[in-house]
Amino acid sequence: MAIRTEPITINLGPQHPSTHGVFRLRVKFDGELVLDIEPVFGYLHRGTEKLAEERTYVQIVTLTDRLDYVSSMTNNLAYVSAVEKLAGIPVPERAKYLRVICSELQRIASHMIATGFLLQELGAFATPLMYAFRERERILDLFEMLCGARVTLSYMRPGGVTQDAPREFWPALDILMRDMPMYIDELDQLISGNEIVLARTQNAGIIRPEAAINGSLSGPILRASGVKWDLRKANPYEVYDRMEFDVPIGSRGDTYDRYYIRILEMRESVKIIKQCIQQIPEGPTRTPGPFFIRPPVGDAYASVEAPKGELGFYLVSDGGISPYRCKIRAPSLINLSLLREMLVGWKMADMIIIFGSTDIVLGEVDR
Amino acid sequence: MYGLGLFKGLAVTLKNAVTPGRMFTTHQYPNRRISVFELAKASSTNVISYAAKNPAKAVRSAIGLEWVPDRWPQHPRFRGEEFTWYEQRCTGCASCAKYCPLGIIRIVTDPSGRFVQEGEKYAIEVFDIDIGRCMFCGLCVEACPYDALHMGSGFEEGRYTRSGLVIDVNRLRTQPKRPSNWFRPQLEAKDYNPHSGKEATYVDVGRHEKPSEQKQEVKWAKRL
Repeated sequence: MAIRTEPITINLGPQHPSTHGVFRLRVKFDGELVLDIEPVFGYLHRGTEKLAEERTYVQIVTLTDRLDYVSSMTNNLAYVSAVEKLAGIPVPERAKYLRVICSELQRIASHMIATGFLLQELGAFATPLMYAFRERERILDLFEMLCGARVTLSYMRPGGVTQDAPREFWPALDILMRDMPMYIDELDQLISGNEIVLARTQNAGIIRPEAAINGSLSGPILRASGVKWDLRKANPYEVYDRMEFDVPIGSRGDTYDRYYIRILEMRESVKIIKQCIQQIPEGPTRTPGPFFIRPPVGDAYASVEAPKGELGFYLVSDGGISPYRCKIRAPSLINLSLLREMLVGWKMADMIIIFGSTDIVLGEVDR
Repeated sequence: MYGLGLFKGLAVTLKNAVTPGRMFTTHQYPNRRISVFELAKASSTNVISYAAKNPAKAVRSAIGLEWVPDRWPQHPRFRGEEFTWYEQRCTGCASCAKYCPLGIIRIVTDPSGRFVQEGEKYAIEVFDIDIGRCMFCGLCVEACPYDALHMGSGFEEGRYTRSGLVIDVNRLRTQPKRPSNWFRPQLEAKDYNPHSGKEATYVDVGRHEKPSEQKQEVKWAKRL
């Protein structure tokens, strides 16, 4: 006599250790097999876009720190580039280089977190995470030198950066850039060849390139599928057109590629920072301007290659001191658009790591 | 060979376990264990004479029971919690209150309605900063045109009540003045470090010198 079975619906979250924050997945299981998923988000909704409508253009910089709270620098950069485009504010050369250095440091820090937490979800409890966090700690120390904060940075301003780097920043950056390739090699050696990692991640959660483009994915997830699309090359902002670096792409688009592309990108970031240190000119770091910027009536969209993908800000000005509308194109939210395609058909344990490899931050998903 | 990757990973772990520069260290907060060598160094004697003088302490430190308060140093630019305010510099213009994204600064100046002449300044009656809601973005400090308000250098503001988190004008007047270097290049040029324990006077923190009596007179004369 056959045992009568029926699918069971299980809640993952909103406070599940694997969900990178307050993310909730309603999953229908047949045994261990995922039949269907339904993501539920909005638990961290703070109304950033609405709040931006009643703040001045400089004050919104502090709101952008809280979007993707592990990569505040690139959030700041995306927002201030939109304001500069809208109001036509020039940026001094030195500030541009400082911005590139900061956003590449932030990319390394963010990818360290992504790698560490992916391994945490694989069951490698804490060891790779502690390695990743130790290197990230040194980057946060550099940020503390620059702007006095470690996570909520608010370093960039429309027209440059708040202040020039202190004297002790440059030797510290040199030492870190000397050590960083060694750190990345170490992380690579610790994880990449590990047979358990390979068995769990290879050929899991494959995204085909056509599907990735249709789902408008961006960032490392898109490049892991083999699509060569990087805003730093496709639409060079700041001084990326003067830098020499490669855009690593994956071949299969599975979880392992999504992990390994981040290791490769960290190496490219180190290259970019080393070139910046050599090229950076002397000079002012901020265009003097009013606190209450009144851009002309119009709209502007600016986007940067954030660690998670394309982060864009669309600002509409009605000529006042605060934007009429502020729309944020958050990469974490849009990278979730193929979640059902990635997760359905896998076992529960695979589902956790495939979901982890998208590297979302809930502050940015819910805004 | 299958399993080689695991051994490669273990080699990394072993390397980190034995290389002194790469070891994971835990820094205890707010107190740190102190060894007998450091105790002897602190009292500027050698270990043997220190152990002979206070044997109890030496034994306690040998088994890890002696603690000293110790902090991991922050950068002078660290945006700390308690604000540093110089009344001599403040004109009561309330730029800080206007620039604050959250509107947590409250300033009341001269409710008597006296007409203030040029060169004079308003008396500050109320200057409340509610750091329970503050996010330490530093825009108020950036806004201050007379370098009167600065970020502080501490980070330990635990209180039992929310009202205790409001920094009022009396506290701003009396607390030790250790301003952060954040957005204050004049302090950085003087190599001021708030964590060294030295206080900064109102002359140190300013870009602007207060005009002398004579300069004021010249200014008035030109105007008339």
